[in-house]
Amino acid sequence: MATPTSPREQSGSPSPAQHGETLKAVSLRHPGRWVSAAVLLVFAAMLVHSLAFSTVERGGKREQRFQWDVVGQYLFSGRVLRGLVVTLELTLLAMAIGIVLGIVLAIMRLSPNPVMTTVSWIYIWFFRGTPVFVQLLFWYNIAYIFPQFSLGIPFGPSFVTIDLNTVSVFLIAGVGLGLNEGAYMAEIVRAGIISVDEGQVEAAQSVGMRRLQTLRLVVLPQAMRLIIPPTGNEIISMLKTSSLASVIAVIELLGAVQQIYAVTYQTIPLLMVASIWYLAVTSVLTVGQFFIERRYSRGAARPRLPWIWRKLGQNLRYIRPRSDTLSPVAQS
Amino acid sequence: MTAHADGKTQMVYAEGVRKSFGRVEALKGIDLTVFSGEVLCLIGPSGSGKSTFLRCINHLEKIDGGALYVDGELVGYRRRGDKLYELPEREVCHTRSAIGMVFQRFNLFPHMKVLNNVTVGPIRVKGVPAAEAQDQARRLLERVGLADKVNAYPNELSGGQQQRVAIARALAMEPKLMLFDEPTSALDPELVGDVLAVMQDLAQEGRTMVVVTHEMGFAREVGDAVVFMDAGVVVEAGPPDQVLGDPQHERTRAFLSKVL
Repeated sequence: MATPTSPREQSGSPSPAQHGETLKAVSLRHPGRWVSAAVLLVFAAMLVHSLAFSTVERGGKREQRFQWDVVGQYLFSGRVLRGLVVTLELTLLAMAIGIVLGIVLAIMRLSPNPVMTTVSWIYIWFFRGTPVFVQLLFWYNIAYIFPQFSLGIPFGPSFVTIDLNTVSVFLIAGVGLGLNEGAYMAEIVRAGIISVDEGQVEAAQSVGMRRLQTLRLVVLPQAMRLIIPPTGNEIISMLKTSSLASVIAVIELLGAVQQIYAVTYQTIPLLMVASIWYLAVTSVLTVGQFFIERRYSRGAARPRLPWIWRKLGQNLRYIRPRSDTLSPVAQS
Repeated sequence: MTAHADGKTQMVYAEGVRKSFGRVEALKGIDLTVFSGEVLCLIGPSGSGKSTFLRCINHLEKIDGGALYVDGELVGYRRRGDKLYELPEREVCHTRSAIGMVFQRFNLFPHMKVLNNVTVGPIRVKGVPAAEAQDQARRLLERVGLADKVNAYPNELSGGQQQRVAIARALAMEPKLMLFDEPTSALDPELVGDVLAVMQDLAQEGRTMVVVTHEMGFAREVGDAVVFMDAGVVVEAGPPDQVLGDPQHERTRAFLSKVL
């Protein structure tokens, strides 16, 4: 209101609180949340019904729409589990290469040495600019162009020679994915490094630290806080991108289920098997990421669990009886 | 080391120091001397180049012209014949390790505990054994009144406490020269006194200090010399009573009339 109201105009409104009287505060109602929750529940019920109970006519036989029995049959089968292990190994190898390469490339990119900067820039440009699928196929066929890989004096004698025809497809896939990942990790690490306050570098220099010492002791530990969430993202992404290795004959999780359904034609249930494992591993990685983030946020705001897990944690505390919360009645 | 007439030695000697940022000339030929055991206060309006000059002393900024000596040695260069050769990083770092610096915004390492902030320099740069560095750090932290904050992280401390840790961090390198870049400008008024008290204590034990400050009271009481800079030149220099009490230049008078 633009003008102050006179006492007479306020006569219709409730009287101000008397001294000593307590007023109850009512928090804002959110009817929209209840409506949307109700709508969502209906959809959820439909989904559960379709997933678990509905049936469908196939080849004159009525059977479960999603063939959960087939899913159950293959979920823990030896071939699927062996494929899962290969997927995990492939992800680990590719990410290890990617992270180390990414840190090196990022440091090169930010180096005062123009040669380093240019090399790093060209690497990132090339590996981000071509599809990882194409890169994998290229590495798979590398022996066609370079049958041998030798370490030695340029145009002179060589000391170590590897016959690229004999390198395992697993190694080709792991290194290929890792080389590609390095380009993406480089940009993540670089973003983390340049986010650290310039004053930190000056403070490190003022006590006499050298450039790489400053990076290792002062800049990178602080950059980690910004590097870890997108790196977690990259690991989860790599877990699934590693399925591309199946096209160069690596029998990882997807390759394993493909081999099975190529024979049994139970395509959907076997893709469900693969999806369940991908989801399960992703869930474990998400939990791991939370704890690593918390470790590296020392001296900064702590990350919080998402709302639903916090609520769940609070409610679990009520369920679990604790000796120090016993009511006075029970103690007397 | 250059001996002076009355037996004092020159810790910092600047002759025609020039520095430009792009087309902006921040320092237009600074001549200045700081004697050993002396506290020199640099005052002047913001943008006058006093912080830039301070940062040139430990080579955080490269000078474009003139000569700057610390303890008789050229900063960042070596002279051979009539040419100046830029020093490699290793030697620049070695020079810096003997010059302590305290920043306006503290710049403590937020991911390290207070104790590690103080010990990281001695351990990693000078190679002091960890136990020895920790003993020294505890003594220094006690001296700045923060013995109980050894295991705290910087973000758990007030601005004044952080700045005192920063002073302890600089002292831990056992510097022959201490540089202060507006050490109290980012502090709440009631916290300024604690930091100034620590600095006064350092001055009394005979440390050589160059202090960029807006605290005229500190400059008058603790400073042995006051230099007034404006627009990249030294306008007036001399004992505090003279520069602050009886300024000879119009620009100095105009500046002081605004800040006193």
